[in-house]
Formats: sequence, structure tokens, C-alpha cells
Amino acid sequence: MSVALAADAGLALLILGLAVWTSIARTAGGAVIGFMAYGLLVALVWVRLAAVDVALTEAALGSGLTGFVLLGAAARLPRDAPAARPGWGLRLAAGVVSAAVAAGLAAVVLLLPVSAPTLAPAATANLPALGLGNPVTGVLIAYRAIDTLLESVVLVLALIGLWSLARDGDWGGRPGALRSADPSPALVLLAQVLPPLGILVGIYLFWTGAIAPGGAFQGGTVLAAMWVLTLVTGLTRPPRVGGRGVRLLLVAGPALFLAIGVAGFWLGGAFLAYPAGYAKPLILAIEAALTLSIAVALGLLLAGPPLAQSGPRA
Amino acid sequence: MSSVTLFGLCGAALVGLGLFGLIVQPGVLRKILAFNLLGSGVLLLFGVIARRGGGVVAGNGSDPVAQALIITALVVAFAATVLAVALLRRLVQETGRDSLDSDG
Repeated sequence: MSVALAADAGLALLILGLAVWTSIARTAGGAVIGFMAYGLLVALVWVRLAAVDVALTEAALGSGLTGFVLLGAAARLPRDAPAARPGWGLRLAAGVVSAAVAAGLAAVVLLLPVSAPTLAPAATANLPALGLGNPVTGVLIAYRAIDTLLESVVLVLALIGLWSLARDGDWGGRPGALRSADPSPALVLLAQVLPPLGILVGIYLFWTGAIAPGGAFQGGTVLAAMWVLTLVTGLTRPPRVGGRGVRLLLVAGPALFLAIGVAGFWLGGAFLAYPAGYAKPLILAIEAALTLSIAVALGLLLAGPPLAQSGPRA
Repeated sequence: MSSVTLFGLCGAALVGLGLFGLIVQPGVLRKILAFNLLGSGVLLLFGVIARRGGGVVAGNGSDPVAQALIITALVVAFAATVLAVALLRRLVQETGRDSLDSDG
């Protein structure tokens, strides 16, 4: 057994251990913290699988922002005893079914055919025509652009769903889930010092996505995290959900993407086709608008549904 | 056994663990966590299966098509998780309980 394989085996065991901890931890908060550590280790696995773009997304979104949302929810759960666990019969049946599914999938992994079908050569070969160096960005923004367009719309839909959960009286207020009553001075200092650097990192991730791992989603996530940091400490206030400016920012990315896609009917011969020679600038414009819209959408998703103004009213 | 196969088996075990938690856990937050484990195991399996082809052909990298789909899936999973958590918080607001039992 080589050193690398031994290290990978250790990594896999740690991941499984954290997954078990997430399932059996006594408190919800403990389970969520286990899940966040689990997400960071899974990001390491993605690096080991040479999928650095995925690793960045997993660390920022799958572990970081998801953990943030779940921690916030765990802190607000009722303290009384949780509902009774299902009986032994159901647990046994569920265990048998789950073990059978896992064993079946493991068998599939072990019995895979030797030669794997892949589109990687085609994806790499056509990159120069797009002016890109990162094949993942090429797939996201050109070959499978329809997926990315729908995905950016899904974020807006999720936000609409979230806002729909507000009570009638709260509609039109500012999202109120993040503001902590008394942030610690250390956190306030961090929120003052970190965002300039974080914004730089976010913009860099978006820019470098054309030639190296990175892109609109990773960059937008970092920008959203910086915004959320200032929201938590009260340095900035979340915008009113009815405001025109924030809604414009939210749809700017998907709208520009859709507009350029429709223009492709005339200029490129198909929906979402880029005219020859103009692919790179168009892709950069779409990615820039998407980064901004994704950052705003993620930040508002974390900020929760609107709440009516507290305190004295005019 | 190669590292890639090892991570594939790890993904299979995660799917089983997540499925078990999704069925057995009584609390909604625990169900959401289990569902995220299940989804992460599925994505890991997908990445492992794609890695075999892409890694061999395209030099060092993994299959870019699969990577792009996994990134899309991670973003959608995050959006779904946020929505599920918001529903849970509204459930707690309305009923004061965090489980789905109708009689409990």
C-alpha cells in the first residue's frame, strides 16, 4: 500500500466517521458542526480527484454557507425533548434497505467497465474558439449554458420561496434573521478588516475562472460571505425586500444571460450560441453579471424572510 | 484497489448512511442533514465514475462535464436546503415543534 493510498484511506475513514457523528450527535448544533467539518474534508477528496473547481464550491457553499444556515436553525430549535424515535421494526427495515442500497452502489463502483466513456477530449479541444483555458468554465458557460442559466434562475426561485414564508404583516420589511443583538468586538473588528480582502478574493476567483479553477459561483459565494459578515455585525443593513435596486441586482445576471442567449438566434444561429470572435467578451460580461447576482441572491437567502420593523414607528 | 475506487466505496456508504438517517431521524433538521449527506454521497459517486474517463484522457484534470454538473448540483442543493430550513423555522413558529408527527 503506497503512502498516498494510505492517506486517502485515512481521509475516507475520517469522512465516514464524521458522517456517523452527524447522524448520532446528541445535540443538533453538534451535528451541524460535524457536518461542516465533513464538508471541508469532502472538499479535500475533490482535490484528490483532481476536481479543484468542485472543491472550491464544496468548501464555500456545501460546507460554509450551508453550515451557516443550519447552525442558525439549530440555535432556534425548541429545547424540549425531541419526538420519539421510530420503533425497532422500522429502524431494522430502514437499516436493511439502506445497507442494500449502499452495497448495490459499492458493487457498481467495483464492477465498472475498464474503458470509461467521456466527453473530456471534445470539451478541451473546442476551448480555444471560446478564448477560455478552464474546460469547466467552458462547459458551464458555453456547452451546457442552458443548465447554468436555469441554475441561476433556481436561486431567484428559492429566494421567492423564502420570501413567501413571511407573515403578511412582515411583508415589505427588511430580512431579519442575521442581525445579532450584541456582536462581540472581535467579530466587529473582523467584519471591518476582512471584507476588502474577501471582495478582492471573490473578484479574483471570478476573473481567474476563465483560465484556472474558479468562476462565477465560487466568486459570488465569497462576495456573499463578506456581505453576510457585515450584516451579522450590524455594520450594514439588509435592503427592504420591496426595493427596486435589490431586485434589479438579483435578476441582472440571469436577464443578461437570457438576453445574450436569445440574441444568439440571430448572431450565432442558435439559442445561447455566441457569435464567432465575440465569445470571450460576451462570456466575461455574463460571468460578471452572474457573479453579482449570485452574491446578492446568496446573501439574501442567508438573511431569511422579511420581518416587520421593530422599534418605534413613525 | 486505487484511491478513486476507495472514494467510490466511501460515496456508496454515505448514500446508505444518509438514506438511513432520512428515514429514522425524527427531527426535521436531522432529516435535512441526512439528506445533505445522501446528496453529497451521490455527487461523490458521480465524480468518481467520471474521474476514470476524464483523468485518463484529459491529462491531469477530472472530466470537466461532470465537474460542471456537480457544481450546478451543489448550488441547487444549497438553495433547496435554505428553503427547507426556512420551512422548518416557520413550522417551529406555528406549532412550537420540530418534527413532522401529526399526533405527537
